[in-house]
Amino acid sequence: MTDILTAARRFIEQIPHARDLNMALTELGEGRARITMPYDPRLVGDPATGVLHGGAISALMDTASGAAVMCHPSGPTSTATLDLRIDYMRPATPGQPVTAIAECHHVTRSVAFVRVVAVDLDESRPVAMATGAFTAERARGAAE
Amino acid sequence: MTARRPAPEPAQTVEARRDAALNWLSGGIPYVRFLDIRFDRRGDELTALLPFAESRIGNPMIPALHGGVTAAFLEVTAIVGLAWSTLWEAFETGRIDPAELLQGQTLPPLPRTIDFTVDYLRSGLPRDAYARARILRAGRRYASVLVEAWQDNRDRPFAMGSVHLLMPDTAA
Repeated sequence: MTDILTAARRFIEQIPHARDLNMALTELGEGRARITMPYDPRLVGDPATGVLHGGAISALMDTASGAAVMCHPSGPTSTATLDLRIDYMRPATPGQPVTAIAECHHVTRSVAFVRVVAVDLDESRPVAMATGAFTAERARGAAE
Repeated sequence: MTARRPAPEPAQTVEARRDAALNWLSGGIPYVRFLDIRFDRRGDELTALLPFAESRIGNPMIPALHGGVTAAFLEVTAIVGLAWSTLWEAFETGRIDPAELLQGQTLPPLPRTIDFTVDYLRSGLPRDAYARARILRAGRRYASVLVEAWQDNRDRPFAMGSVHLLMPDTAA
């Protein structure tokens, strides 16, 4: 189990784009992942309000989802997004970090299903929610 | 006493003004600059370009573009494409003078994403990517936009997006 967690953590730390956005993994285990991204003026989508662009939040939710798949107890060796459907409920409050909390709630031999929610400091009112399907690569050719 | 029709502007002036308006629209969004997304214009048709950079990688083993970058690229293409089509119509009908718009500096209110579905068709290669948006419907309040992204081969898209957006308040 520790190996799975270590592998998942390394998987995320090696993602150049995750580093570029200063994403930090704060919780990981049993198919659940929590990743925080600090507020960054470079990621603003609307200069009039300073609200983060939805694309940056998509990138955060996609990363958290991949992390959730990677730390699922079934131990996938690699994963890639098949599809992601995102609902944007409200603009993230400018100046606040955004956190994505992802849960890999079901896996088959070759597919992992994920639910993910993005929140700012007011966790009771989500900024965005998404569901996705991911590939689940297996070590011993089980997926083939 | 017939009103004399003003001489048509030289084509270059018109095109230069349109390009300036496009640069102003896309260059005014910090996140678009962060991803270094550019827009190539032929008439009213836009092609978005995402130049490859190491920082766009999501899986260093393959290596492949980050799925989030791909999603962001599609979403930016949809938003700018929709905003551009609205502006274009306003320019052509003379409702807005692009020269005045450029002096005003502030961006017009942009459409806001309601929801967004991305299909990842194949892994994004470590090369430049291109995307075009097709506006399926742009009503007064809601719009539906389809976006397609490809790399080396136009007939082999690597991602497709379907975006629903809320149109900006145009009361102003």
